[in-house]
This record gives sequence, C-alpha cells and structure tokens, in this order.
Amino acid sequence: MHELLLAAEEAHHVAKDGFLTNYMWLVPLLPALAFVVILFFGKRLPDKGHSVGIAAVGIGFVLSIISFIELAAGNAAVEKSWTWFQFGNGFKLEFGMNYDFLAGIMFVVVTAISLMVHIYSTSYMHDDRRYTWFYAALSLFTASMLFLVIANNLMQMMVGWEGVGVCSYFLIGHFWEETENSSAAIKAFITTRIGDVGFLFGIFVLFVAAGTFNIGELNHLAEVGEIGGTILTVGALLLFMGAVGKSAQFPLHVWLPDAMAGPTPVSALIHAATMVVAGIYLVGRMFPLFEHAGAALDVVAIIAAITMLIAALLALVQDDIKKVLAYSTISQLGYMMAALGVGAYTAAIFHLFTHAMFKALLFLGAGSVIHGVHSNNMSDMGGLRKYMPHTFRTFLIGSLALAGIFPFAGFFSKDEIIGGALRAANDATQISAWIVFISAMLVAFLTALYMTRAMVKTFYGDYRGHGTPHESDGAMVTPLWILAIASVTVGFLGLPVIGPFADWIHAPGEEHHGFSTGYNIILPAISVGLAGVAIWLGIQLFHKQRWKVDILSSPFAWAYRFVENKYYLDDLYLNGVVHPTQYPLAAAAYWSNMHILDGIVNGTATLTVGGSKLVYDKIDQGLIDGAVNGSAGLTGLTGGILKYIQSGNVQRYAAVLFGAVALFVAVFALAG
Amino acid sequence: MAETWQEILFWVLAVVMGVSALRVVTTQNVVHAALYLVGTLMGAAALYVLLLAELLAWAQVLIYVGAVVVLMLFGLMLTRAPIGKRSYDNNQRLLAAIVAGGLFAVMSWILIDAFDGQKVHLADAEGTTAESIGDAIFSSYVLPFEAVSVLLLAALVGAVLISRKDEASLVDDPEEGA
Amino acid sequence: MPVSYFLVLSAFLFSVGVYGVLARRNAVLVLLSIELMLNAVNINLVAFSAAMGEAGVPGQVFALFIIAVAAAEVGVGLAVVILIYRNMRTVDVGEMSLMKW
Repeated sequence: MHELLLAAEEAHHVAKDGFLTNYMWLVPLLPALAFVVILFFGKRLPDKGHSVGIAAVGIGFVLSIISFIELAAGNAAVEKSWTWFQFGNGFKLEFGMNYDFLAGIMFVVVTAISLMVHIYSTSYMHDDRRYTWFYAALSLFTASMLFLVIANNLMQMMVGWEGVGVCSYFLIGHFWEETENSSAAIKAFITTRIGDVGFLFGIFVLFVAAGTFNIGELNHLAEVGEIGGTILTVGALLLFMGAVGKSAQFPLHVWLPDAMAGPTPVSALIHAATMVVAGIYLVGRMFPLFEHAGAALDVVAIIAAITMLIAALLALVQDDIKKVLAYSTISQLGYMMAALGVGAYTAAIFHLFTHAMFKALLFLGAGSVIHGVHSNNMSDMGGLRKYMPHTFRTFLIGSLALAGIFPFAGFFSKDEIIGGALRAANDATQISAWIVFISAMLVAFLTALYMTRAMVKTFYGDYRGHGTPHESDGAMVTPLWILAIASVTVGFLGLPVIGPFADWIHAPGEEHHGFSTGYNIILPAISVGLAGVAIWLGIQLFHKQRWKVDILSSPFAWAYRFVENKYYLDDLYLNGVVHPTQYPLAAAAYWSNMHILDGIVNGTATLTVGGSKLVYDKIDQGLIDGAVNGSAGLTGLTGGILKYIQSGNVQRYAAVLFGAVALFVAVFALAG
Repeated sequence: MAETWQEILFWVLAVVMGVSALRVVTTQNVVHAALYLVGTLMGAAALYVLLLAELLAWAQVLIYVGAVVVLMLFGLMLTRAPIGKRSYDNNQRLLAAIVAGGLFAVMSWILIDAFDGQKVHLADAEGTTAESIGDAIFSSYVLPFEAVSVLLLAALVGAVLISRKDEASLVDDPEEGA
Repeated sequence: MPVSYFLVLSAFLFSVGVYGVLARRNAVLVLLSIELMLNAVNINLVAFSAAMGEAGVPGQVFALFIIAVAAAEVGVGLAVVILIYRNMRTVDVGEMSLMKW
C-alpha cells in the first residue's frame, strides 16, 4: 500500500502538503489578537503596547518566510474552506484560505513592511498622545490585509477590503485635531467607497452568473466558458471599479495625495506598500476571469496608462515631499495595473514586490527628513546630505531603484513591464498594449526626472529652513538600511531566464520568456538611457539651474497651471459631486424626512385620532347610543300612540269587544 | 191551516218587534225609546204565547213591561233626561252599525247553517204548562233558583246602598227638608 | 215552522241591541238596549224549547231565570246611574271617561 502511494506520487508528481502551509490561516489571527491586547492593555504596559504589535508582526513575518520557502521547495498550495452558513441550494457563505505563491509573496511583503514600520514608529511617533491606539490600528490593519490576501472567496476578501479601508480612515485621521486631516480621512474613505460599490455589485453579478463566491471556481468557470459574454465583462469591470478606488487609479486617485495628512509611517505602510496594492492583488487573483472577459483587460490597460501619465506630471510640480511620493505611488500603481492589462502577470506582481520595498524606503526616508526639518515642504529643505547622511544614502538608493537604474530592483521589474507591453503589442496586436508601451516609456523618463528634482531640492544646495536639522536615531535609520539592502538585492530574483520569480508567480499558460536580444538587452538599454537623460536634465534644471525657465511667463503657463491645480479634477469632484450631494440631495433627503416621513407618521397619528373621534361621535354616540336611545324613544312613541286606545270610553271598548267576538266566531266557524 | 195562521202571526209579530227595536235605538226622544221597548217586549210576550209558553209570556209581561220599563222611566226622570228631541247618539255610530251588522250576519249564518231543517211543532202540541215548569225548577234546577233569590236580595240591598245619600248630606237633609 | 225564523229574529234583535249599546249616549238608553239583548236571547231559548217539544222545559226555565236576573241587573244599574248623575250632573256616557290616559 505504502509503495503504491509512493509510486503514484512519483508517477504523477503529486506534491505533498507542507507542514506550515496548512496553518497559514492562523497568521492573520496574530495581529488581530495583538489588536485586542493592545486595545485593552496597551496603556498599562511599560512600552505602551508597541512590543505586542512588533512581536505579532515579527512572528508573522518569520512564519511567512518559512511558509514561502516550503512552497518554493515544492510543496503544494493549500486551499481549504469551512461553510459558514448556507441558504437552501444556492447561497453558501464560506470561510476559507487559499495559500499559494501569490498569497505567499503578499504575506511576505505585508509582514515585512509592517514590521519595518512598527519598528520605525517607536521613534517617529514617540511623543504622540495616541501612541497606543496607533499601534492597535496598525495591528488591526495588518490583520485585515492578511485576511484579505488569504481569502479564497470574494465575500471574505470583501471583509478584509473593508477592514483595511476602515483602518486607513483611522490612521489618516490620526491627527484629527486639524480639520483638514479628518477631511482627508473622510475623502479617502468616501472615494474608495465609490469603488467599493462597484466591487460589491461585481460580486453579486458574478454570483448570479456563476452561483458561487469562490475565487478558484469563478476562475475555472470563466476559463471553460461556463460564464461568459456580457455578464462576465460587466462583472469583471465592476470588480475593477473596486480596484480603481482602492489602488488610486484615474478617476478615483484623488484621495491618495490628501491621505498624506496622516503620519508618515502610515503613508509608508498603507499608501505605498500594502493597502493600495489590494486592487492589483484583486485583479491578479481574478486574472483568468479577466482574461476571458472580453475587453475588460483593455479597459484596465487604458485606465492604467492614463493614471501613470497624469500622476507623473503631477509629481513634477509638487512642493511637499510626501505629495511627490504619493503621486509617484499612483504612477507606479498605474504601471502594475497596466502590466496586468497587457497580460504581463509575472511582471506586475514582481513590480508590486519591488515597489513595496523601495517606496516604503522612500517614505520612511521622507519621514526621517520631515522629522529632522519639522516641515514637509521641499522649499524648507536643501543641503541635507550633510546633516542626515544615512537618510541621504538610503533615499538615494530608493530613488535610483524607483528610476529603474541597473542594478537596483526597479530596473528589473520596470523593464519586465515595458517588455511585456511591447510583446503584447507585437504578438497579440492589442492597441491598448501600444498605448501602455508608449506611456510606460514616457513615464520612465518622467519618474527619473521628478525623483531627481526631489533629491536635488531636499539634499543638495543650501539649507533653506530654520534651525539645525539632525539625523534620526537608530530605530528610524535601521529600517531604512534594511529596506535599502532589500531594494538592491530583491531585483535579482526576477532576472530573466534564471530568476526564480517567474517560476513562482505566473499566470497559467504564461511562458517564461527565454533569452532574446531584442527584449532582454536592447529594450532595457533604451529605458536606462532614457532615465539617464532624465537625471542629467534634472540636475541641469534644478541643481545647476542652467536654463532658468520661467514657466509662468512662457506661453505654456496655462499648461503649468492646469497641472498645478491637479487638472482641476478635485474642483470638478467637489462642485460636481460633493456639493450637489451635500446641499440639494441632503437637503432634499432632510426635507422628505421631515415632511414625508414625519408627515406620514404624524398623519397616521392624526388619522387615528380623527378616526377615533369619528368612531366616538358617529358610532358610539350616534349609532349605538342612538340605537339605545332610539329604542327607548320608539317605546315612548308607540306608547304615545297606543295610549289613545285607552280612551276611557266604555262604548268604544264594547264595540271592539263585540267586533272581535264576531270575528272569532266567524273564523272558528269557517275553520271548523 | 193552523200552520198558516201561525206563520202569518209570526211574521206580523216579527215585523212589529223589529221595527220597535229599531226605533228603540234610533229615536231621539228618551221616553219614546222606553215606549218602543214596551212594544218590543209585548211582541216577545205574544211570541211566547205563540210558542206555547204561557207562563213565560205572563212573567214577561209582568216583570219586563210592568217593572223594568217603569223602572227605566223612573231612572230617566231622576236623571233629568231631557224630554224632547236631542241627539243621543255618539260618534261611533258607524262603527257600531258595522259591528252590529257583522254580528247579525255571522250569527244568522251560523244559526241557519246549524239548525236548518228543524221545525217547531206547534199545531198539535200541548205546550208547556206551569206545572211542568214548576216541576223542573223545584227538582232539577232548585239550586239556580235559590241562587237567583239570593241574587235578587243582593240586588235589592245593593241598589238601596248605592243610591243612598252620604252621611254628611243626610245630616243636612232635615234642615233642607224643613 | 222552521225554527230558523225565530233564530234569525232573535239574532236581529240582539244585533239591534248591540247597536244601541254601542251608539247611545244616555246611560239609561244603554240599559234599555241591554234589555233588548236579553230579550232576544230569551226568544232564542224559547224557540229551541218549543222545537224540542217535551224535553224543552229547561229552555223555558232558563228564560225565566234570565228574566229574573235582568230585573236585578236593571235595578242595580239604575242605582249606579243615579249615583253617577248625582256626582257628575250628567248621564252622558261619553263624559264618563276618567280612566283614560
């Protein structure tokens, strides 16, 4: 028996289950537990709760690494589910886990960045009055994100999705004493909510079409064509709407720059590395469904292309260093989404992975700068490389990685995307792929340009601010260096041909592209060249100030102002959506509540009172009492009439008597 | 032959009695009414004779005509009934006529229907004598006879009692009488 | 002679007496009419007695009693009428309607 099993294994290459992979559903519970503990006991602990959070995430990180190694070593992906409840035949809600390579890599990313942020915040948020709550919210966020990632059905993913949205709201509005911070939190929540409506409807549409929420089943049904045509496209686009909201794609990208009102570690964790990639993760998870959903992927590609371009332009005109990074994030999310749109699944996830590393690094570095200078604006900075060497070096590494310079991580991931776009354009002759390709090249140029600008303005030149900036302490610098090392090294995981990443993460049927000069030498060279030109241009423009270009007095002033005002999109949303809703709609709702609803309630009451009055007057007093009184009156009346019989006239009586006798006799005679 | 005479006699008597009776109830003169009653009663007596009931006839004349009608006349006098023509009929004459008429119709119809064919044998009958009546009264009907005597006594006493004047007025009487 | 002749005659007299009782206003005249009725009854009884021949004696006895009773009744009746006259100064039957509503 045993031999037979072994033989069967060898014959069919059946992978056995790893030890830890079965239990990965416990990993989201660790930070959840930490949340509860910190919430109830955090204030009483000597370190105000941060060690609980760090411990939870740290253990989670270790387990994630071990589990991933198990998967990489050949163990099988695990999927299990428990039925939560079930209505009749059709409707079944499950709890489940689906731990495969994609989930595994996400686990690593989330726990790693979360851990870095937890450590960093011990110093950054040191004097904050709501320190304990901050850590509680961070733990809750980590738990929700992991829950989202491990979900095997869309409903469960929705739970995690909402959870990260709520935590984002809490954390953006951390300094809620300033109204603009709480407004930013509300803006983020509502904007993503709009996307979430689409997400929810997408889930419903797919359920109606396929009868299941389970992701694996949905993908399978889409592949074999069980669900298809219009309903599949509609469902896919609705799901994409959720991704547009969460991953800050055009037109729902407006919340991300304002979300920079939150503390910088929050920006690093949530708005760079983890929450915003939930949309990318969703599309990636449902990739087979999207592939077969008609033109859905084209829509995805085009929106992503638009996003990356407009965001890159916006990053070029910001003064606030965090806003530069925010727009950069939007642009890079556009890259990832565009990669999915052209079918370059591996490239997209790889870029997600590398971007998490260097963007978190950049944000934490910016935090360090802000901490030292006490200002967000680059106009108050300058020449900081003398004062903050560690921050400077790590920030430089992050910038180079973002710009896509060899051998940093960004180079490999970005080039995979550009190459994938060109391949799709050539092989599949997708128009959207051409658009993506051109946009990607342009944005590569722009990315390098704006990062150079940021670097120059912050670290070079003369210091323009007040006081003396100081370097941050170890708790802040250590994560910076760790992430910097990651930014340098992880890129090699995705080397073409020999890199293992493509083995781990690939869409079914996607080929690991072999070595070809065109795609693997020439194209990267062109993109690096573009980036180099951009860097040179940036140095000339911003550092050496060689060509003083006074944009505002040039014929292109309108363009500059257009971009500076964020394409007037925020104004459009405010006047076109928010104010009409707030004032007329809300007022109408209030009016209808006061008059219609209250009117109905009051009206019912008045009606009841009136009805009772009516009943009392007409029925009780009138009818019933009338009947009673009436019968008495009738009796009186009849008496009044009948009394005349008693005339007192004896002869009358006699007449009646004789008459009756005669009658009776006649009757008896006739009858008898 | 005798039969015929009896019938003729009957019819004459019938007519007389009928007319008299009608006049009793319709005349506007009270004394005339009393006198017409005498006529009816006498006619009845004659009828009794025809029917061979002599004792009854005499008793009729004696009592009815002799006593009752006289009493009536006294009553009329004592109650100051106006002598002469006055309207003595009340408002329900029509009703009374209808009732009386109806009664007559019903009774005569029933009586004719029941007793049609029976005959009164008068021609060769002996009739009832005082002797037979006396026999009947004092043998079979003695109790009713005694009762009637008591009744007559009671009536006598009662009449006196009823029509007696009050004590108070009796006291005053001698003064008024004087 | 058919007995029904006498019977119809008696019925006629009785009816006339009824009319008189009902239609006359003077109390004494009412009493008069009552006498008429009683007489009619007597005629009836005697007629039957004659029709029955030998066995008809009780008829005549009955008639005799009726006569006696009638006499008594007239006596008492008149006494009452006189009393009424004394109290109400009239013997109009229509006036004597105190027992009314």
